[in-house]
Amino acid sequence: MTGKHKKVAYYPGCALEGTGHAYNRSTKAVGKALDLDLVELKNWNCCGAMEVKNIDPKLQTYLSARNLTIAEDMGFDTVMAPCNGCYHNLKKAEYDLANDEGSREVTERLSSKAGHKTYEAGKVETIHALDWIKDSIGEEGIKARVKNSLKGLKVANYYGCMYTRPRHIFPEKDKGPGSESTLQPHFMDDILAAAGAENVDYPLKTACCGGAHTLSDSDTSTKLVLNLLTTAEACGADVIATECPTCHTGLEMHQVRAEKVLGRKTSVKILYFTQLLGIALGLSQRQVGVQENFSDATDLLHEKGLV
Amino acid sequence: MPIHEKSLIRPENLVTHEHLELDGIDVSGHWSTFIESREITDYNEALQDEIAALPGGEFIHRCWQCGSCTNACTVNALNPDFNPRYWIYLIRMGFEDELVRDKDIIWQCVSCNKCTYACPRDVFPEGVMKATSHWLELKGYTPKSPAMVFDEEFSSQVFATGKIEDGKVLRRFFARTGQSLFQDWLIALVRGLLTQLPVSLLMKMGLASVFHPRTRNWDAASAAIAEYVTERKEADRRALGLDTQGAE
Repeated sequence: MTGKHKKVAYYPGCALEGTGHAYNRSTKAVGKALDLDLVELKNWNCCGAMEVKNIDPKLQTYLSARNLTIAEDMGFDTVMAPCNGCYHNLKKAEYDLANDEGSREVTERLSSKAGHKTYEAGKVETIHALDWIKDSIGEEGIKARVKNSLKGLKVANYYGCMYTRPRHIFPEKDKGPGSESTLQPHFMDDILAAAGAENVDYPLKTACCGGAHTLSDSDTSTKLVLNLLTTAEACGADVIATECPTCHTGLEMHQVRAEKVLGRKTSVKILYFTQLLGIALGLSQRQVGVQENFSDATDLLHEKGLV
Repeated sequence: MPIHEKSLIRPENLVTHEHLELDGIDVSGHWSTFIESREITDYNEALQDEIAALPGGEFIHRCWQCGSCTNACTVNALNPDFNPRYWIYLIRMGFEDELVRDKDIIWQCVSCNKCTYACPRDVFPEGVMKATSHWLELKGYTPKSPAMVFDEEFSSQVFATGKIEDGKVLRRFFARTGQSLFQDWLIALVRGLLTQLPVSLLMKMGLASVFHPRTRNWDAASAAIAEYVTERKEADRRALGLDTQGAE
Protein backbone atom coordinates (compact mmCIF):
# COMPACT_ATOMS: atom_id res chain seq x y z
CA MET A 1 0.00 0.00 0.00
CA THR A 2 3.01 2.32 0.22
CA GLY A 3 4.03 4.48 -2.68
CA LYS A 4 0.65 6.18 -3.08
CA HIS A 5 0.41 9.94 -2.63
CA LYS A 6 4.03 10.77 -3.44
CA LYS A 7 2.85 14.05 -4.91
CA VAL A 8 -0.30 15.70 -3.64
CA ALA A 9 -2.06 19.05 -3.72
CA TYR A 10 -1.55 20.69 -0.34
CA TYR A 11 -4.37 22.55 1.38
CA PRO A 12 -2.95 24.24 4.50
CA GLY A 13 -6.12 26.18 5.44
CA CYS A 14 -6.30 29.39 7.45
CA ALA A 15 -5.30 27.89 10.79
CA LEU A 16 -1.97 26.65 9.46
CA GLU A 17 -1.20 30.16 8.28
CA GLY A 18 -2.20 31.56 11.68
CA THR A 19 -2.11 29.91 15.10
CA GLY A 20 -1.11 26.53 13.66
CA HIS A 21 1.98 27.74 11.80
CA ALA A 22 4.16 25.19 13.62
CA TYR A 23 2.03 22.47 12.04
CA ASN A 24 2.49 24.03 8.61
CA ARG A 25 6.25 24.31 9.09
CA SER A 26 6.67 20.77 10.42
CA THR A 27 4.40 19.22 7.75
CA LYS A 28 6.41 20.84 4.98
CA ALA A 29 9.70 19.89 6.65
CA VAL A 30 8.63 16.28 7.09
CA GLY A 31 7.50 16.14 3.46
CA LYS A 32 10.91 17.36 2.35
CA ALA A 33 12.74 14.91 4.61
CA LEU A 34 10.66 12.05 3.20
CA ASP A 35 11.01 13.16 -0.46
CA LEU A 36 7.29 13.74 -0.78
CA ASP A 37 6.04 16.54 -2.99
CA LEU A 38 3.54 19.08 -1.73
CA VAL A 39 2.10 21.53 -4.23
CA GLU A 40 0.05 24.20 -2.49
CA LEU A 41 -3.41 24.87 -3.92
CA LYS A 42 -3.41 28.15 -5.81
CA ASN A 43 -5.55 30.92 -4.39
CA TRP A 44 -7.47 28.71 -1.99
CA ASN A 45 -10.18 29.94 0.37
CA CYS A 46 -11.28 29.02 3.89
CA CYS A 47 -13.09 25.65 4.03
CA GLY A 48 -15.75 27.23 6.27
CA ALA A 49 -14.32 25.71 9.46
CA MET A 50 -17.00 24.98 12.06
CA GLU A 51 -18.48 28.46 12.00
CA VAL A 52 -19.85 28.76 8.46
CA LYS A 53 -21.69 25.46 8.87
CA ASN A 54 -23.57 27.06 11.75
CA ILE A 55 -24.64 29.93 9.53
CA ASP A 56 -25.61 27.54 6.73
CA PRO A 57 -24.21 24.05 6.03
CA LYS A 58 -24.64 24.39 2.26
CA LEU A 59 -22.38 27.44 2.22
CA GLN A 60 -19.67 25.43 3.90
CA THR A 61 -20.10 22.80 1.19
CA TYR A 62 -19.64 25.46 -1.50
CA LEU A 63 -16.52 26.91 0.17
CA SER A 64 -14.90 23.47 0.45
CA ALA A 65 -15.98 22.46 -3.05
CA ARG A 66 -14.24 25.52 -4.52
CA ASN A 67 -10.94 24.23 -3.12
CA LEU A 68 -11.53 20.78 -4.60
CA THR A 69 -12.19 22.42 -7.98
CA ILE A 70 -8.85 24.20 -7.79
CA ALA A 71 -7.10 20.87 -7.16
CA GLU A 72 -8.90 19.40 -10.16
CA ASP A 73 -7.87 22.35 -12.34
CA MET A 74 -4.26 21.91 -11.22
CA GLY A 75 -4.39 18.30 -12.39
CA PHE A 76 -4.52 16.59 -9.01
CA ASP A 77 -6.87 13.85 -7.89
CA THR A 78 -5.76 14.05 -4.25
CA VAL A 79 -5.79 16.92 -1.78
CA MET A 80 -3.89 16.57 1.47
CA ALA A 81 -5.22 18.62 4.41
CA PRO A 82 -3.35 18.32 7.73
CA CYS A 83 -6.01 20.23 9.69
CA ASN A 84 -8.80 18.01 11.00
CA GLY A 85 -11.35 20.75 10.37
CA CYS A 86 -10.33 21.23 6.73
CA TYR A 87 -10.05 17.48 6.19
CA HIS A 88 -13.51 16.96 7.66
CA ASN A 89 -15.07 19.77 5.63
CA LEU A 90 -13.57 18.74 2.29
CA LYS A 91 -14.70 15.16 2.95
CA LYS A 92 -18.14 16.41 3.88
CA ALA A 93 -18.34 18.42 0.65
CA GLU A 94 -17.40 15.28 -1.31
CA TYR A 95 -20.16 13.39 0.48
CA ASP A 96 -22.84 16.07 0.24
CA LEU A 97 -22.25 16.71 -3.44
CA ALA A 98 -22.58 13.00 -4.16
CA ASN A 99 -25.65 12.50 -1.98
CA ASP A 100 -27.59 15.69 -1.42
CA GLU A 101 -29.46 17.36 -4.25
CA GLY A 102 -29.96 20.60 -2.30
CA SER A 103 -26.23 21.02 -1.61
CA ARG A 104 -25.47 20.35 -5.26
CA GLU A 105 -27.91 23.02 -6.41
CA VAL A 106 -26.51 25.65 -4.06
CA THR A 107 -22.91 24.80 -4.99
CA GLU A 108 -23.71 24.95 -8.71
CA ARG A 109 -25.45 28.26 -8.35
CA LEU A 110 -22.69 29.87 -6.27
CA SER A 111 -19.93 28.43 -8.45
CA SER A 112 -21.47 29.77 -11.62
CA LYS A 113 -22.01 33.21 -10.09
CA ALA A 114 -18.45 33.22 -8.77
CA GLY A 115 -17.23 32.34 -12.26
CA HIS A 116 -15.71 28.89 -11.87
CA LYS A 117 -16.82 25.38 -12.63
CA THR A 118 -18.60 23.21 -10.08
CA TYR A 119 -16.70 20.44 -8.36
CA GLU A 120 -17.95 17.12 -9.58
CA ALA A 121 -18.25 14.43 -6.94
CA GLY A 122 -15.55 11.77 -7.13
CA LYS A 123 -13.02 13.79 -9.14
CA VAL A 124 -10.80 14.65 -6.19
CA GLU A 125 -10.21 12.74 -2.98
CA THR A 126 -9.23 14.36 0.29
CA ILE A 127 -6.71 12.71 2.58
CA HIS A 128 -5.31 13.67 5.97
CA ALA A 129 -1.60 14.15 6.68
CA LEU A 130 -1.74 10.79 8.49
CA ASP A 131 -2.99 8.97 5.35
CA TRP A 132 -0.39 10.80 3.30
CA ILE A 133 2.51 9.50 5.41
CA LYS A 134 1.02 6.02 6.00
CA ASP A 135 0.23 5.48 2.33
CA SER A 136 3.35 6.95 0.78
CA ILE A 137 6.08 5.91 3.23
CA GLY A 138 4.58 3.34 5.57
CA GLU A 139 5.93 2.16 8.88
CA GLU A 140 8.82 0.20 7.39
CA GLY A 141 9.82 3.24 5.36
CA ILE A 142 9.82 5.40 8.45
CA LYS A 143 11.82 2.87 10.47
CA ALA A 144 14.45 2.86 7.72
CA ARG A 145 14.72 6.65 7.81
CA VAL A 146 14.80 7.23 11.59
CA LYS A 147 18.01 9.00 12.62
CA ASN A 148 17.01 10.08 16.08
CA SER A 149 14.71 7.47 17.58
CA LEU A 150 11.97 8.70 19.93
CA LYS A 151 12.85 5.77 22.19
CA GLY A 152 11.91 6.44 25.78
CA LEU A 153 9.37 9.15 24.90
CA LYS A 154 5.92 8.27 26.16
CA VAL A 155 3.25 9.59 23.82
CA ALA A 156 -0.53 9.88 24.12
CA ASN A 157 -1.91 10.06 20.59
CA TYR A 158 -4.87 12.42 20.38
CA TYR A 159 -7.04 12.39 17.24
CA GLY A 160 -9.98 14.62 18.23
CA CYS A 161 -13.54 14.62 16.89
CA MET A 162 -13.41 15.63 13.28
CA TYR A 163 -10.94 13.00 12.10
CA THR A 164 -13.44 10.21 12.72
CA ARG A 165 -16.87 11.74 13.15
CA PRO A 166 -19.48 11.61 11.75
CA ARG A 167 -18.77 8.19 10.31
CA HIS A 168 -20.67 8.51 7.03
CA ILE A 169 -18.34 11.04 5.42
CA PHE A 170 -15.27 8.77 5.76
CA PRO A 171 -16.09 5.77 3.55
CA GLU A 172 -12.49 4.51 3.53
CA LYS A 173 -12.43 3.94 7.28
CA ASP A 174 -13.34 0.65 8.98
CA LYS A 175 -12.50 -1.37 5.87
CA GLY A 176 -10.62 -4.07 7.74
CA PRO A 177 -6.88 -4.70 8.03
CA GLY A 178 -4.73 -1.77 7.00
CA SER A 179 -7.55 0.75 7.08
CA GLU A 180 -8.14 3.41 9.67
CA SER A 181 -10.70 2.75 12.40
CA THR A 182 -13.40 5.15 13.53
CA LEU A 183 -13.61 4.02 17.13
CA GLN A 184 -9.97 3.05 17.61
CA PRO A 185 -7.94 5.19 15.21
CA HIS A 186 -4.34 4.03 15.03
CA PHE A 187 -2.54 5.73 12.12
CA MET A 188 -0.77 8.25 14.38
CA ASP A 189 0.12 5.50 16.84
CA ASP A 190 1.57 3.43 13.97
CA ILE A 191 3.61 6.31 12.55
CA LEU A 192 5.05 7.42 15.89
CA ALA A 193 5.72 3.83 17.00
CA ALA A 194 7.70 3.39 13.78
CA ALA A 195 9.63 6.51 14.81
CA GLY A 196 10.52 4.76 18.06
CA ALA A 197 7.99 6.35 20.43
CA GLU A 198 6.44 4.41 23.26
CA ASN A 199 2.69 4.98 22.81
CA VAL A 200 0.63 4.85 25.97
CA ASP A 201 -2.84 3.36 25.99
CA TYR A 202 -4.83 6.59 25.89
CA PRO A 203 -8.59 6.11 26.25
CA LEU A 204 -9.48 9.67 25.18
CA LYS A 205 -8.07 9.49 21.63
CA THR A 206 -11.30 10.81 20.10
CA ALA A 207 -12.76 12.72 23.06
CA CYS A 208 -13.74 16.34 22.48
CA CYS A 209 -11.47 19.27 23.45
CA GLY A 210 -14.37 21.74 23.28
CA GLY A 211 -12.72 23.45 20.32
CA ALA A 212 -16.04 24.71 18.98
CA HIS A 213 -16.45 26.92 22.05
CA THR A 214 -12.81 27.64 22.93
CA LEU A 215 -13.63 31.32 23.48
CA SER A 216 -17.43 31.41 23.57
CA ASP A 217 -17.79 28.89 26.41
CA SER A 218 -14.29 28.81 27.88
CA ASP A 219 -15.28 27.12 31.13
CA THR A 220 -16.62 24.05 29.32
CA SER A 221 -13.57 23.88 27.06
CA THR A 222 -11.19 24.23 30.02
CA LYS A 223 -12.90 21.34 31.82
CA LEU A 224 -12.76 19.13 28.73
CA VAL A 225 -9.10 19.97 28.07
CA LEU A 226 -8.17 19.45 31.70
CA ASN A 227 -9.68 16.00 31.50
CA LEU A 228 -7.56 15.23 28.41
CA LEU A 229 -4.41 16.51 30.13
CA THR A 230 -4.85 14.78 33.48
CA THR A 231 -5.82 11.50 31.82
CA ALA A 232 -2.70 11.65 29.63
CA GLU A 233 -0.62 12.21 32.76
CA ALA A 234 -2.35 9.36 34.55
CA CYS A 235 -1.49 7.15 31.56
CA GLY A 236 2.16 8.09 32.04
CA ALA A 237 2.49 10.23 28.91
CA ASP A 238 5.25 12.84 28.60
CA VAL A 239 3.60 14.41 25.60
CA ILE A 240 0.27 14.54 23.78
CA ALA A 241 0.70 14.23 20.01
CA THR A 242 -1.86 16.23 18.04
CA GLU A 243 -3.00 16.31 14.42
CA CYS A 244 -5.32 19.31 14.44
CA PRO A 245 -4.50 23.00 14.94
CA THR A 246 -7.79 23.64 16.76
CA CYS A 247 -7.23 20.78 19.23
CA HIS A 248 -3.58 21.72 19.58
CA THR A 249 -4.19 25.42 20.27
CA GLY A 250 -7.15 24.54 22.51
CA LEU A 251 -5.03 22.15 24.59
CA GLU A 252 -2.27 24.74 24.96
CA MET A 253 -4.58 27.67 25.74
CA HIS A 254 -6.74 25.80 28.21
CA GLN A 255 -3.72 24.25 29.89
CA VAL A 256 -2.70 27.81 30.77
CA ARG A 257 -6.31 28.77 31.58
CA ALA A 258 -6.79 25.72 33.83
CA GLU A 259 -3.74 26.79 35.80
CA LYS A 260 -4.70 30.48 36.00
CA VAL A 261 -8.44 30.07 36.58
CA LEU A 262 -8.82 26.69 38.29
CA GLY A 263 -5.39 26.45 39.84
CA ARG A 264 -4.79 23.05 38.24
CA LYS A 265 -1.25 22.74 36.95
CA THR A 266 -0.44 19.99 34.46
CA SER A 267 2.96 19.34 33.00
CA VAL A 268 2.29 17.14 29.97
CA LYS A 269 3.63 18.77 26.77
CA ILE A 270 1.74 19.16 23.52
CA LEU A 271 3.40 18.67 20.14
CA TYR A 272 2.09 18.10 16.62
CA PHE A 273 2.76 14.54 15.46
CA THR A 274 4.68 16.03 12.52
CA GLN A 275 7.00 17.79 14.99
CA LEU A 276 7.75 14.49 16.73
CA LEU A 277 8.17 12.65 13.44
CA GLY A 278 10.43 15.41 12.10
CA ILE A 279 12.69 15.20 15.15
CA ALA A 280 12.89 11.43 14.69
CA LEU A 281 13.88 11.98 11.05
CA GLY A 282 16.80 14.09 12.25
CA LEU A 283 15.33 17.58 11.78
CA SER A 284 16.21 20.29 14.28
CA GLN A 285 13.80 21.79 16.83
CA ARG A 286 13.81 24.96 14.76
CA GLN A 287 13.00 23.19 11.52
CA VAL A 288 9.84 21.72 13.05
CA GLY A 289 8.94 24.90 14.95
CA VAL A 290 9.09 23.58 18.53
CA GLN A 291 9.68 27.12 19.82
CA GLU A 292 6.50 28.27 18.09
CA ASN A 293 4.28 26.25 20.42
CA PHE A 294 2.82 27.76 23.58
CA SER A 295 3.63 24.54 25.39
CA ASP A 296 7.42 24.72 25.74
CA ALA A 297 8.72 21.19 25.19
CA THR A 298 12.41 22.10 24.90
CA ASP A 299 13.36 20.81 28.35
CA LEU A 300 11.56 17.53 27.78
CA LEU A 301 13.27 16.98 24.44
CA HIS A 302 16.66 17.73 26.05
CA GLU A 303 15.93 15.40 28.92
CA LYS A 304 15.08 12.58 26.48
CA GLY A 305 18.24 13.30 24.50
CA LEU A 306 16.29 14.19 21.37
CA VAL A 307 17.89 17.56 20.66
CA MET B 1 -22.12 3.92 30.74
CA PRO B 2 -25.49 4.65 32.24
CA ILE B 3 -27.89 7.02 30.53
CA HIS B 4 -27.78 10.19 32.59
CA GLU B 5 -31.46 10.69 32.07
CA LYS B 6 -33.53 13.47 33.42
CA SER B 7 -37.14 12.74 34.22
CA LEU B 8 -39.92 15.09 33.27
CA ILE B 9 -40.27 16.03 36.93
CA ARG B 10 -38.91 19.46 37.63
CA PRO B 11 -38.01 20.26 41.26
CA GLU B 12 -40.68 22.98 41.33
CA ASN B 13 -43.33 20.39 40.48
CA LEU B 14 -42.46 18.31 43.54
CA VAL B 15 -44.51 19.30 46.54
CA THR B 16 -43.56 18.20 50.03
CA HIS B 17 -46.15 18.56 52.79
CA GLU B 18 -45.15 18.69 56.41
CA HIS B 19 -48.51 17.35 57.53
CA LEU B 20 -50.82 15.73 55.08
CA GLU B 21 -54.10 14.04 55.57
CA LEU B 22 -55.83 12.16 52.75
CA ASP B 23 -59.34 10.87 53.19
CA GLY B 24 -59.02 11.26 56.92
CA ILE B 25 -55.77 9.29 57.10
CA ASP B 26 -52.54 10.97 58.22
CA VAL B 27 -49.97 10.24 55.47
CA SER B 28 -47.23 12.56 56.80
CA GLY B 29 -43.69 11.20 56.68
CA HIS B 30 -42.63 9.03 53.74
CA TRP B 31 -45.80 9.65 51.82
CA SER B 32 -45.68 13.41 52.02
CA THR B 33 -44.02 14.12 48.67
CA PHE B 34 -46.15 14.38 45.56
CA ILE B 35 -45.74 15.42 41.96
CA GLU B 36 -48.09 18.29 41.45
CA SER B 37 -50.61 17.47 38.76
CA ARG B 38 -50.43 19.66 35.69
CA GLU B 39 -52.53 20.24 32.65
CA ILE B 40 -50.83 21.30 29.46
CA THR B 41 -53.09 23.08 27.02
CA ASP B 42 -50.64 25.33 25.28
CA TYR B 43 -49.05 23.34 22.44
CA ASN B 44 -47.19 24.70 19.45
CA GLU B 45 -48.31 22.14 16.91
CA ALA B 46 -45.91 23.56 14.32
CA LEU B 47 -42.84 23.32 16.55
CA GLN B 48 -41.33 20.25 14.86
CA ASP B 49 -41.92 21.77 11.40
CA GLU B 50 -40.29 25.02 12.48
CA ILE B 51 -37.16 23.25 13.70
CA ALA B 52 -37.14 21.03 10.61
CA ALA B 53 -37.23 24.11 8.37
CA LEU B 54 -33.96 25.41 9.81
CA PRO B 55 -30.60 24.08 8.55
CA GLY B 56 -29.62 20.98 10.54
CA GLY B 57 -33.09 20.19 11.85
CA GLU B 58 -34.32 18.38 8.71
CA PHE B 59 -34.38 14.85 10.11
CA ILE B 60 -35.81 15.41 13.58
CA HIS B 61 -38.93 13.42 12.60
CA ARG B 62 -36.90 10.21 12.48
CA CYS B 63 -36.18 10.20 16.24
CA TRP B 64 -37.51 7.20 18.14
CA GLN B 65 -36.27 8.36 21.56
CA CYS B 66 -33.67 5.66 22.18
CA GLY B 67 -31.45 8.12 24.10
CA SER B 68 -28.21 7.18 22.31
CA CYS B 69 -27.49 10.86 21.64
CA THR B 70 -27.73 11.87 25.28
CA ASN B 71 -25.82 8.80 26.37
CA ALA B 72 -22.96 9.70 24.01
CA CYS B 73 -23.08 13.46 24.68
CA THR B 74 -19.90 15.26 25.78
CA VAL B 75 -21.76 18.18 27.37
CA ASN B 76 -24.27 15.93 29.15
CA ALA B 77 -21.36 14.33 31.00
CA LEU B 78 -20.52 17.78 32.40
CA ASN B 79 -24.08 18.97 32.93
CA PRO B 80 -26.93 16.41 33.17
CA ASP B 81 -29.42 19.16 32.29
CA PHE B 82 -27.96 19.23 28.76
CA ASN B 83 -30.16 16.57 27.21
CA PRO B 84 -30.62 16.36 23.41
CA ARG B 85 -33.02 13.39 23.58
CA TYR B 86 -35.31 15.25 25.96
CA TRP B 87 -35.33 18.40 23.83
CA ILE B 88 -36.10 16.42 20.68
CA TYR B 89 -39.01 14.87 22.60
CA LEU B 90 -40.31 18.28 23.65
CA ILE B 91 -40.03 19.63 20.11
CA ARG B 92 -41.85 16.67 18.62
CA MET B 93 -44.60 16.98 21.22
CA GLY B 94 -44.90 20.73 20.68
CA PHE B 95 -44.03 21.62 24.30
CA GLU B 96 -42.64 25.04 23.51
CA ASP B 97 -42.82 26.37 27.08
CA GLU B 98 -40.94 23.38 28.46
CA LEU B 99 -38.23 23.70 25.78
CA VAL B 100 -37.77 27.39 26.47
CA ARG B 101 -36.99 26.64 30.11
CA ASP B 102 -33.63 25.24 28.98
CA LYS B 103 -32.97 28.11 26.55
CA ASP B 104 -29.75 29.22 28.18
CA ILE B 105 -27.82 25.97 27.77
CA ILE B 106 -29.00 24.58 24.42
CA TRP B 107 -26.38 26.61 22.52
CA GLN B 108 -23.58 24.93 24.51
CA CYS B 109 -23.41 21.91 22.15
CA VAL B 110 -19.69 21.44 21.31
CA SER B 111 -20.36 19.86 17.88
CA CYS B 112 -18.26 16.78 18.71
CA ASN B 113 -20.73 14.71 16.66
CA LYS B 114 -20.75 11.80 19.10
CA CYS B 115 -24.57 11.97 19.05
CA THR B 116 -24.65 11.88 15.27
CA TYR B 117 -22.25 8.92 15.35
CA ALA B 118 -24.37 7.06 17.91
CA CYS B 119 -27.80 7.80 16.42
CA PRO B 120 -29.28 4.68 14.80
CA ARG B 121 -31.83 6.73 12.87
CA ASP B 122 -29.67 9.43 11.23
CA VAL B 123 -31.45 12.24 13.01
CA PHE B 124 -28.12 14.15 13.02
CA PRO B 125 -28.80 15.49 16.54
CA GLU B 126 -25.83 17.86 16.34
CA GLY B 127 -27.64 19.67 13.52
CA VAL B 128 -30.88 19.63 15.51
CA MET B 129 -29.10 21.34 18.42
CA LYS B 130 -27.86 24.08 16.08
CA ALA B 131 -31.31 24.49 14.53
CA THR B 132 -32.85 24.75 18.01
CA SER B 133 -30.34 27.42 19.07
CA HIS B 134 -31.14 29.40 15.93
CA TRP B 135 -34.85 28.95 16.58
CA LEU B 136 -34.52 30.32 20.14
CA GLU B 137 -32.68 33.38 18.83
CA LEU B 138 -35.02 33.98 15.89
CA LYS B 139 -38.10 33.69 18.11
CA GLY B 140 -36.57 36.22 20.47
CA TYR B 141 -36.35 33.87 23.46
CA THR B 142 -32.62 34.43 23.85
CA PRO B 143 -30.19 37.09 22.77
CA LYS B 144 -27.47 35.98 20.39
CA SER B 145 -25.31 33.43 22.19
CA PRO B 146 -21.57 34.12 22.40
CA ALA B 147 -21.12 31.12 20.09
CA MET B 148 -23.38 32.73 17.48
CA VAL B 149 -21.48 36.02 17.77
CA PHE B 150 -18.26 34.10 17.15
CA ASP B 151 -19.75 32.22 14.17
CA GLU B 152 -20.96 35.52 12.68
CA GLU B 153 -17.63 37.27 13.12
CA PHE B 154 -15.76 34.35 11.63
CA SER B 155 -18.16 33.82 8.73
CA SER B 156 -18.44 37.47 7.80
CA GLN B 157 -14.67 37.61 7.33
CA VAL B 158 -14.71 34.49 5.18
CA PHE B 159 -17.61 35.81 3.11
CA ALA B 160 -15.86 39.15 2.60
CA THR B 161 -12.32 37.99 1.84
CA GLY B 162 -12.31 34.19 1.43
CA LYS B 163 -9.98 33.79 4.41
CA ILE B 164 -9.71 34.67 8.06
CA GLU B 165 -7.06 36.19 10.25
CA ASP B 166 -7.16 34.68 13.77
CA GLY B 167 -6.18 37.88 15.56
CA LYS B 168 -8.97 39.90 14.01
CA VAL B 169 -11.62 37.27 14.82
CA LEU B 170 -10.40 37.17 18.42
CA ARG B 171 -10.31 40.94 18.86
CA ARG B 172 -13.73 41.51 17.31
CA PHE B 173 -15.29 38.64 19.28
CA PHE B 174 -13.97 40.01 22.57
CA ALA B 175 -15.15 43.50 21.70
CA ARG B 176 -18.66 42.37 20.71
CA THR B 177 -19.10 40.22 23.81
CA GLY B 178 -17.77 42.97 26.08
CA GLN B 179 -14.79 40.98 27.36
CA SER B 180 -11.38 42.38 28.13
CA LEU B 181 -8.40 41.19 26.12
CA PHE B 182 -6.36 41.59 29.30
CA GLN B 183 -7.32 38.41 31.14
CA ASP B 184 -4.71 36.69 33.29
CA TRP B 185 -4.55 33.57 31.19
CA LEU B 186 -4.38 35.46 27.88
CA ILE B 187 -1.58 37.66 29.19
CA ALA B 188 0.30 34.56 30.37
CA LEU B 189 -0.12 33.02 26.92
CA VAL B 190 1.07 36.06 25.01
CA ARG B 191 4.00 36.58 27.38
CA GLY B 192 5.04 32.97 26.85
CA LEU B 193 4.88 33.42 23.11
CA LEU B 194 6.78 36.68 23.01
CA THR B 195 9.75 35.19 24.83
CA GLN B 196 9.93 32.18 22.53
CA LEU B 197 8.82 33.15 19.07
CA PRO B 198 11.37 34.02 16.42
CA VAL B 199 11.27 37.73 15.56
CA SER B 200 10.66 37.02 11.87
CA LEU B 201 7.49 35.10 12.72
CA LEU B 202 6.26 37.83 15.05
CA MET B 203 6.73 40.35 12.24
CA LYS B 204 4.85 38.12 9.83
CA MET B 205 1.97 37.81 12.29
CA GLY B 206 1.94 41.55 12.87
CA LEU B 207 1.81 42.18 9.13
CA ALA B 208 -1.05 39.70 8.74
CA SER B 209 -3.11 41.75 11.15
CA VAL B 210 -2.53 44.88 9.07
CA PHE B 211 -2.73 43.40 5.57
CA HIS B 212 -5.42 40.78 6.05
CA PRO B 213 -5.00 37.59 4.07
CA ARG B 214 -7.50 37.35 1.23
CA THR B 215 -8.34 35.12 -1.68
CA ARG B 216 -7.75 36.85 -5.03
CA ASN B 217 -10.69 37.59 -7.32
CA TRP B 218 -13.10 36.84 -4.48
CA ASP B 219 -15.58 39.63 -5.20
CA ALA B 220 -17.96 37.63 -7.39
CA ALA B 221 -18.01 34.76 -4.87
CA SER B 222 -18.53 37.22 -2.04
CA ALA B 223 -21.51 38.83 -3.79
CA ALA B 224 -23.08 35.45 -4.61
CA ILE B 225 -22.69 34.33 -0.98
CA ALA B 226 -24.19 37.57 0.35
CA GLU B 227 -27.21 37.15 -1.91
CA TYR B 228 -27.67 33.53 -0.79
CA VAL B 229 -27.33 34.41 2.91
CA THR B 230 -30.05 37.08 2.62
CA GLU B 231 -32.37 34.64 0.86
CA ARG B 232 -31.76 31.97 3.50
CA LYS B 233 -32.41 34.34 6.39
CA GLU B 234 -35.70 35.40 4.83
CA ALA B 235 -36.69 31.78 4.23
CA ASP B 236 -35.87 30.85 7.85
CA ARG B 237 -37.97 33.69 9.20
CA ARG B 238 -40.85 32.88 6.87
CA ALA B 239 -40.82 29.25 8.05
CA LEU B 240 -41.17 30.45 11.62
CA GLY B 241 -44.02 32.79 10.74
CA LEU B 242 -41.90 35.87 11.42
CA ASP B 243 -41.76 39.12 9.51
CA THR B 244 -39.03 38.75 6.86
CA GLN B 245 -38.16 42.44 7.20
CA GLY B 246 -36.52 41.61 10.52
CA ALA B 247 -33.76 39.68 8.73
CA GLU B 248 -30.44 41.43 9.17
